[in-house]
Amino acid sequence: METRVTRSTAYDSKIEGNVIFTRFDAALNWIRKNSLWPMPMGLACCAIELMAAAASRFDIARFGAEVMRFSPRQCDVMIVAGTVTYKMALAVKRIYEQMPEPKWVIAMGACASTGGMYRSYAVLQGIDQLLPVDVYISGCPPRPEALLAGLMKLQDKISRERSLAAQKPMLTEKLEEALA
Amino acid sequence: MTGHEALDSLDKSFKGKIQSKTEFRAETTYAIAASDLREIAKFCRDELSFNYLIDITSIDNFGEEPRFEIVYELYSMPLGVHLRLSLKVPEESGAVDTVSEIWPTANWHEREIYDMMGIKFNGHTDLRRILMWEGYPYFPLRKDFPLEGLPSEMPDVAFTKVTPLEGGPFVTVPSTATSKEREPRGRPPQL
Repeated sequence: METRVTRSTAYDSKIEGNVIFTRFDAALNWIRKNSLWPMPMGLACCAIELMAAAASRFDIARFGAEVMRFSPRQCDVMIVAGTVTYKMALAVKRIYEQMPEPKWVIAMGACASTGGMYRSYAVLQGIDQLLPVDVYISGCPPRPEALLAGLMKLQDKISRERSLAAQKPMLTEKLEEALA
Repeated sequence: MTGHEALDSLDKSFKGKIQSKTEFRAETTYAIAASDLREIAKFCRDELSFNYLIDITSIDNFGEEPRFEIVYELYSMPLGVHLRLSLKVPEESGAVDTVSEIWPTANWHEREIYDMMGIKFNGHTDLRRILMWEGYPYFPLRKDFPLEGLPSEMPDVAFTKVTPLEGGPFVTVPSTATSKEREPRGRPPQL
C-alpha cells in the first residue's frame, strides 16, 4: 500500500474558487450596505409604514436592514419616520450624535423631509435643518415599497463611497508612504 | 330630578348671578361672572349631579373687551344633560379661579389653556406648560400670534424658527395673486 504524504504548499487546491480579488472599498461597502441596522425614529404615522416594511409581507430583511436597534450605539442608519416637532428636534439630534460612524439618515415622508402639511409654529420644517440627510422619501405616509426603494438608493450611495480614503485618511497616507 | 328641573333649580338658586341663558338644540348655556364660577360649579356638581367635566375651552375675542372667554362643558351622567358655563376674562386680570379640585380632570385642561392662551388659574396646584416646553416665551393660540410662528431659543431644550409660508397652508383666497397674498392667515397681523 502506498502512503500518502500531505505537504503544505503555497497553492491549495481546496480553496481555489473561494478567493476573490477586489478593492478594499468595494468589499467594505458591500458588507456595510447589506447589513444596515436602522434606528427606527418613529414619530408619527410613517412609523406604522416602517413597521409594515419590517413585517413579513414587505420584509425589509431581504435587504439586511431588519435589525431595528433601539440603542443608537448599535445603529447605522436613522430612519426619521414622522413629524419632527421643535420639542422633539434636539432629542432626535442627540440620538443621531450617539450613533457610531459611519452613519446615514433617511428622511421618510413629507414631514421629516420638509415639515409636510404642518406649516406651524410647533414643527421643524424638515430634519435636514439639523441632520445631514442622505435619502428623502416622498409620500404621506410613503408605502413600504417606497421605503424599500429609498433603502436601495441608500445602498447604491454606500456602494459608491470612497470609504477608506474618506474615513481612514491616516491609514491611506501611511500606505502611500510605504509604497513610495 | 329631570334635566329641566335641574336647570330650573340653577335658575332659582343663582337668580342675580346668571347674566344670560341661551338654549340651542336642547343644550343650555349660562353666562356667568368669573367671580361666581367656583360657587356655581360646586352647586352644579353636588346638587345637580353634573359629575362630568367634558372640556374647558378658551376663546380669544381679539379686539373686543373683555378679550378672553372660557367655556366649561358639563355633562350629567345620571340625567343625560349637557350644560355650558361661559365667562369672560379681561386681559388685565388674565386669571380665573381653578376648578381642578371640583373636577380633577380640569387640572390638565387648565394647564393647556395656560400654555396656549396665557390665562392663569388661581389656586391651581401645578400650573406649568403642558404642550410647549418651560421657557417658551409665547402663547401660540392667541390671535396676535402670527401663524408662521416667532423665533425663540432655549439652549439645550428647544428652538423655534419662522415657518416659510410660500405656497401657504391650506386656506387660500382664489385669485391670480401670488400665493403669499392669497393666504389670508399667512400675513402677520396688523397691530
